[in-house]
Amino acid sequence: MLFSALAIFACAPASTSHAPLRWGGDAEGGAPFVEADPADPAKVRGFDVEIAQMIGHDLHRDAVFVQVAWSSIEASVERGDFSIGMSGVEDRPELRARHAVSIPYFEFREVLAVRFADSARYRTLADLSGKRVATLGGTGAYQTLLDLQPHAGPVPISYDDDVHPYSDLVSGRVDAVLLDNIIADRSLRRSGGFYIQPVPVATGHYVAVLAAADTALRDSVNVILRAHMRDGSLEKTFRAWKVWDTTQVQYFARALADSAGPHAVGAAASVRSVRSYLPALLRAALITLLLSCLAMMLAVALGIAVAAGRVYGSPLVRAPLAVYVEIIRGTPVLLQLFVLYYGLSGFIRLPAFVAAVLGLGLNYAAYESEIYRAALQAIPRSQLEAGRTLGLSEAQILRLVRGPQALRLALAPMTNDFVALLKDSSLVSVITVVELTKQTAIYATNVGSWVVPGLLCSIIYLAMSLPLSRLARRLERKWSSI
Amino acid sequence: MTQALDVRDVHASRGPHQVLRGVTIDVAPGEICALMGTSGAGKTTMLRAIAALGPFDSGSIVVDGFALTPGHVPPESKLRVLRRSVGMVFQSQSLFEHLTVIDNVTLALVHALGWTRERADAEAVELLTTLGVAHRAAAYPRQLSGGEAQRVTIARALAPDPTLLLLDEPTSALDPARRTSLGEVLRALAAEGHALLISTHDVDFAEAFADRVAVLAKGVVVEEGSPRDILSDSTHADVRALLRSPSAEPRE
Repeated sequence: MLFSALAIFACAPASTSHAPLRWGGDAEGGAPFVEADPADPAKVRGFDVEIAQMIGHDLHRDAVFVQVAWSSIEASVERGDFSIGMSGVEDRPELRARHAVSIPYFEFREVLAVRFADSARYRTLADLSGKRVATLGGTGAYQTLLDLQPHAGPVPISYDDDVHPYSDLVSGRVDAVLLDNIIADRSLRRSGGFYIQPVPVATGHYVAVLAAADTALRDSVNVILRAHMRDGSLEKTFRAWKVWDTTQVQYFARALADSAGPHAVGAAASVRSVRSYLPALLRAALITLLLSCLAMMLAVALGIAVAAGRVYGSPLVRAPLAVYVEIIRGTPVLLQLFVLYYGLSGFIRLPAFVAAVLGLGLNYAAYESEIYRAALQAIPRSQLEAGRTLGLSEAQILRLVRGPQALRLALAPMTNDFVALLKDSSLVSVITVVELTKQTAIYATNVGSWVVPGLLCSIIYLAMSLPLSRLARRLERKWSSI
Repeated sequence: MTQALDVRDVHASRGPHQVLRGVTIDVAPGEICALMGTSGAGKTTMLRAIAALGPFDSGSIVVDGFALTPGHVPPESKLRVLRRSVGMVFQSQSLFEHLTVIDNVTLALVHALGWTRERADAEAVELLTTLGVAHRAAAYPRQLSGGEAQRVTIARALAPDPTLLLLDEPTSALDPARRTSLGEVLRALAAEGHALLISTHDVDFAEAFADRVAVLAKGVVVEEGSPRDILSDSTHADVRALLRSPSAEPRE
């Protein structure tokens, strides 16, 4: 990515004498924000792209696009990967506390999407007490849901993309989706099958975010944005992308009247302290622990069965088991989780947590089975023959002689795997389970820094994995001393 | 008198190599028979065939009335009767590492014979006492000396009360004093009516404790008779020399 950005940089036509204006966005976010141009996928288009070009034009600099994951825009702009981040970035107090932020250039509404059958009973969030409401993680909508949850509000379900919340709504996995009206309208046009409540839950604003020290550029951007609000070119862009509505008319009027720009969205203006986030992190750690324990139990049970089948079974049993192990070990666990949760949803709709336990359990079972197989094969033949001459059946020899001894050999690699699983469990956030790492990311997005959340998260992971390693070492010592 | 073990004209091969070429041997209840021979003579192959751990190609093996058939080793489910009548003491350490001494001895009683834990424990303590290792009942195999491990292995093999006890090189890990004490234990077992077939290359041990000696060379029994006849008679000096050759074995 960096290389291609540099290539663009090097090849950019020298239309101006100034350095190019590097701006970052996420083309995965899609139209109308930023999307790969269907006519030329090397280029991007969208209203954010056009606004970036307006800014570049007025600054006499070429606007050069840098692809960045949406959730990393703020961190990247602060790092200096680019000067301006703009991709449906939401205005919020924490953002203003950490970075230089432009005046909002668009006002959106957080709207509630429900199934047609529920359009009469789920009108507002208050109607959705205890129901599952999907949204994008790290957004203002997600924060709204989190703030409501302790007060008998809905259960927030966080997604990493804005397509699956709506497909899961239609399929019945969630009861409502709370997202920006632009995203909701887009999903309605693309696939449909749901109803958008006309009364918005809240309003928010899209802004351009800049490095905290970059206030000079921020002020120039503000001037440019106001100029384009005034001369109608911004309206033209929004109309071209079919997002212009009466809300914008009113907002533009307000913005131009009050040159200081609107202030914080919502009431949650104070920066949240560690104390307020710690309970959420600990709850998420509990999810991580529960998920890992259940997945490991499944992996151990299944791993033993697969290993026994591969050591004792006929070729007819051994072949499919070997195929299972190789497929699981040869493909990414992330892909397996996607297939299990989204790919199979046409046949069986697994709840996210169940899919997470199954996905991790099935994946680790393949690795566990190889450990057990090696351990079983490491038990000397004389031990098995001694069992036979004593009149024990093969099953008894496995259960009483071979199995227990193999388990001792397998203990150390098993412990390693469990510690690895504890950390791999962070992958399940892609199927909407909020565990420790995801909760940390949400926390970090909200406070605009990874330092404290990252530190807390690491401490919690270590607190879970270190005692485990110690226990395993103690067991090993005990068994090797006798 | 019916034989505890009756082996007739047994042939066995390992790959292309003919290990046994027509071995005939029998052991009566109360008798100790020493199967002697150098490394590669086929002693262990013979013992493994009798214990149904290895196959033989032709001939017959009858243990306490149970006939083994040539060819593949049958599945364990068809060997129940044989397993009750044959006990085996392996040359290499074969105690179950994860179980205490007493659990090693009671494992077969509880799980193969279905005895209660109390009855099995009582039997095991009695056996361990007879063999002089009752004080080690709670120890794990790794904590035992070579002599103790040997006795526990014998106690484990004896627990189901087999008619025939096979011992593969039982003296290889023992010093002279312990060899004598092991010999006395084996004599006591024979006196109780057990039949013992011992593979060994230890001439002094065989001479002191065996009732009968069979010398195996190149897959056949070349000499058979009382230890005095075979091992002391000057006409058999070549046999003695053979058995005392420095190549005398670590293991077949």
